[in-house]
Amino acid sequence: MEMVCIVCPNGCLLDIEGSGDDIKVKGALCPKGIEFAKTELQDPRRALTTTVATVFGDMPRLPVRTADEIPKADLLDAMKKIKTLTVKERLHEGDSVCEDFFGTRLIATADMTRQNINL
Amino acid sequence: MDNKLINEYDLVVLGGGPAGLAAAVAAKENGARVMLIEREENLGGILKQCIHDGFGLVLFKERLTGTQYAERFLKKFYDLGIEHMTNAFLNSVQRLPEGGFEFVIQSAKGMVGLKSKTLVLACGCRERSARQVFIHGERPAGVFTAGTAQYLVNIMGQMPTKKCVILGSGDIGLIMARRLSLEGAQVEGVYEIQKSPAGLARNVSQCLDDFDIPLHLNSTVSKVFGQKRLEGVEVCKVDENYKPIKGSERFIECDALIVSVGLLPENEVAQSLGVEIDPATKGPYVDQELMTDIPGVFACGNALHVNDLVDYVSQSGHLAGQAAARYASGDENRIKVEYNSEDFLYVVPQYFDKNKEGEITLYWRSKADHRGKKVAIEVDGRAEKSKKYMRLLPSEMQSLTCTVKADVGQISLKMLDG
Ligand SMILES: Cc1cc2nc3c(=O)[nH]c(=O)nc-3n(C[C@H](O)[C@H](O)[C@H](O)COP(=O)(O)OP(=O)(O)OC[C@H]3O[C@@H](n4cnc5c(N)ncnc54)[C@H](O)[C@@H]3O)c2cc1C
Ligand code: SF4
Repeated sequence: MEMVCIVCPNGCLLDIEGSGDDIKVKGALCPKGIEFAKTELQDPRRALTTTVATVFGDMPRLPVRTADEIPKADLLDAMKKIKTLTVKERLHEGDSVCEDFFGTRLIATADMTRQNINL
Repeated sequence: MDNKLINEYDLVVLGGGPAGLAAAVAAKENGARVMLIEREENLGGILKQCIHDGFGLVLFKERLTGTQYAERFLKKFYDLGIEHMTNAFLNSVQRLPEGGFEFVIQSAKGMVGLKSKTLVLACGCRERSARQVFIHGERPAGVFTAGTAQYLVNIMGQMPTKKCVILGSGDIGLIMARRLSLEGAQVEGVYEIQKSPAGLARNVSQCLDDFDIPLHLNSTVSKVFGQKRLEGVEVCKVDENYKPIKGSERFIECDALIVSVGLLPENEVAQSLGVEIDPATKGPYVDQELMTDIPGVFACGNALHVNDLVDYVSQSGHLAGQAAARYASGDENRIKVEYNSEDFLYVVPQYFDKNKEGEITLYWRSKADHRGKKVAIEVDGRAEKSKKYMRLLPSEMQSLTCTVKADVGQISLKMLDG
């Protein structure tokens, strides 16, 4: 079977033979492609990037991501959980928005504290 | 000559996206006085709305979101205390006859005047709109560019659609197909007129395939329906000459058409200055240090040519910022060779570069016929070299040479009575 490695912008087209741990991967420009093929076949995972509502008028949404990848099948449930969250304090990039989020943390990917000088 | 205005800079950087931030940081690190001007409320450029990951693999060997990538440069920018204005609109920019540029900026507090030795254009690019694509029908509400949809969803938290069609398979369109699906909208399909997708294979895979969104190649949107609000579109297949194939038309009910058909460098300001634009890139012609054909004007990032990866945008900003700082400091070290135009037709060279101390030979012609005059090169008011001439004629070029040190303040050529 064929699949596209999504680890980097090269997007290598992988040609896979076999199943389970015992697979042969052709077309990968680097070892990450082989690893990707293995997990993609057994336990496909994705990073979720989205936004969470905030109470701040100047920044109504805070961009967030999962610190690690989560099971692909959980993506839509994760979005449901996101809708229940509201950020009530000004966070820095990297701060936790939710400590326990589908086996990982949900973290802020932008800074909410900077003030610009408007001359 | 020394009463420098406080609003005089070595560089004005126009645009606070990744290109402008990198240029400002590089110039500041090289000791230049920098002012960055951004028309939006916040710095970061298009990256502010790029909440998806895949940025920074070249520069940081990490998969960052656009916002995280921007954060790395914003930190440096703020740590260096670089002066900047946001919500600031460039009203006008003029080249000064003595070199450098004068700006009028409209800001929240009114008009501000600025002067700088160099200008770095980092204005990014704009999206080609539905108007630039041929579609029949009215222009009802509900036709957006992918970037506009991205702004609405990611920055404002507003959903612009319940069910949409995407025209064009550029990366922004693919990213938005996933984004809208995650937020609960139905993306009926992506329609691409070419025979292969415009965006990266990984985005076709993780943005369309993951969400079972069909990609229709050799296809386009041929009509839009609806008066006030979009009610649907007609799609069709095209032949190899991009002509619609009769009988392949299909009506799709939807409340939005999202257009992702490419980006064009933003060069309004470049054009207002008369910078020459390359019809191939739609950005300015530049040299190896990204200086345009107008001395002191540099261009970088997507304003120069549309880049796929933001890493290269930052690299070009860095190069332009460094070069502009060097150019500005060279300029500062140039002093004008002064002379009275009643006495002399001209003097060449016009400038002395203090970075290259040593001999200078001035070539000159007198303005009129003279007999028995003395001509001197004065350095900081002291005659370093003088010579008596029996006769001076405008048709006869003369020269004088003397040695000048780097700490010179003034060089002038004087005609005196012998
Ligand atoms: C939707 C989208 C998705 C992308 N996805 C990826 C990706 O996954 N990976 C990747 O590596 N790259 C991606 N890119 C590309 C990357 O984001 C851009 O290449 C990069 O942001 C360009 O940087 P820039 O500084 O040239 O322009 P911009 O980021 O557009 O910044 C230009 C700035 O200049 C300001 N400006 C313009 N004119 C004026 C003026 N007259 N006065 C004052 N300010 C002005 C604008 O307001 C803006 O803030 C994406 C781009 C887009 C649009
Ligand atoms: S195999 Fe390596 S080079 Fe190819 S897409 Fe995957 S990570 Fe990138």
